Amino acid sequence: MMTKKGWDEFEIGAMLRTFNGKIDDIAGTQQQDRDYSENSSYTASVADWRLIKPIFNKDYCIDCQFCWVYCPDVSIISRDKKLIGVDMDHCKGCGICVEVCPTNPKSLLMFPEQADEESEIANWPKKDEKEA
Amino acid sequence: MSEIKNIKNLKEFSTSADRFEGANLLCPGCAHSIIVREVLNATNDDLILSASTGCLEVCTAVYPYTSWDASWIHIGFENSSTAVAGAETMYKALKKKGRLKQPERTPKFVSFAGDGASYDIGFQWISGCMERGHNMMHIVLDNEVYANTGGQRSSSTPIGSSATTSPEGKKSYGEKRNKKDMMAIMAAHGIPYVAQVAPNKWKDMVKKIQHGFAVEGPVFINAVSPCTTEWKFDPKDTMNIADLATDSLVFPLYEIIDGRELNITYRPKNIVPVEEYLAAQGRFKHLFKDEYKYLIKEWQDRVDEKWAYLQRREEARI
Repeated sequence: MMTKKGWDEFEIGAMLRTFNGKIDDIAGTQQQDRDYSENSSYTASVADWRLIKPIFNKDYCIDCQFCWVYCPDVSIISRDKKLIGVDMDHCKGCGICVEVCPTNPKSLLMFPEQADEESEIANWPKKDEKEA
Repeated sequence: MSEIKNIKNLKEFSTSADRFEGANLLCPGCAHSIIVREVLNATNDDLILSASTGCLEVCTAVYPYTSWDASWIHIGFENSSTAVAGAETMYKALKKKGRLKQPERTPKFVSFAGDGASYDIGFQWISGCMERGHNMMHIVLDNEVYANTGGQRSSSTPIGSSATTSPEGKKSYGEKRNKKDMMAIMAAHGIPYVAQVAPNKWKDMVKKIQHGFAVEGPVFINAVSPCTTEWKFDPKDTMNIADLATDSLVFPLYEIIDGRELNITYRPKNIVPVEEYLAAQGRFKHLFKDEYKYLIKEWQDRVDEKWAYLQRREEARI
């Protein structure tokens, strides 16, 4: 966390640098390879906004990437066309990823924040025959 | 001209490295950031961005944090378009004088603004940018209300919607005026490309944005952005509401090239009644009272009329 400034210490107009040092090809560098500065909101967390959290079960995932494209918070991590998981620092728990998931049963489901990931995956709902 | 990024399917699209970061302060389920991500990921080129005052600006640039990984500026409510137009003019001038340090790079100039900052407050600035022919793109994140300041009506707010300055009550059904047809106004400038997009149709969106980047001259994009707070629906339903908006033809997806040639880019297989779109949102709840039911029929007639008009325009090629 950065130290907070008082009302009389603010600058009029400020320039924030997202990265430490120089970065030439941002569009070709994935997030984990970037050197974010403390001014990038990537280094911050909104995890405390969440009341419910998504849990990802990769057994049913077909890597359609609907959740990736419709995630408002850049929290679905997808690398090399494969879904890896959910970025819990930036997820606000809106539940869009669950809504757009096309598999049966869904490979992403919302659970209360305190739910245990391993036990929930072990008790994952079975295929819904009515919808199939 | 730079290479257009090759995006054939969603899997290819998902290899993009995002240049917009999480931990911004937009509401959970906000469509603004979905639209921004789809736009930014549509190109690999450098980006020079600006945003007008509005949800997107106040939530992504909260000192000491920024959520943008590209050059981004905010000045005032009205002038996101002119800020980018100025940068674009400087870029052209430096290029002409041969003073660009890396002339092989082709930055794209994009300004984002809400509907309040585009339809009302920044209107003459945008009009000026379009008229002067800057090589830039202006994107409206159209949530039909001043969501940032508490839901006041804008000239984009549709009839019957309950906003805080036009609330529904015993004597009123909410907003009384029809939505301004910004697409037609912008097309009347004769600019190379005007298009309406929706976040749920990502492929259509990416195609239009890439076309917008490829053409020389000003481009205007109107993007529907369902607002979970002011439209009053559950955050998880953002995409469902966007689906209803495009499938009920309340937001038809079309493009206008050179101010003349109109193409409809999405024809829903099953057209949903407007009633379903209205019923899904809290801001239209009062329209289902008996005394206001006639408004729903008027809505449907207006949407049908507009759709018929668009189809006639498309056929006539004028």
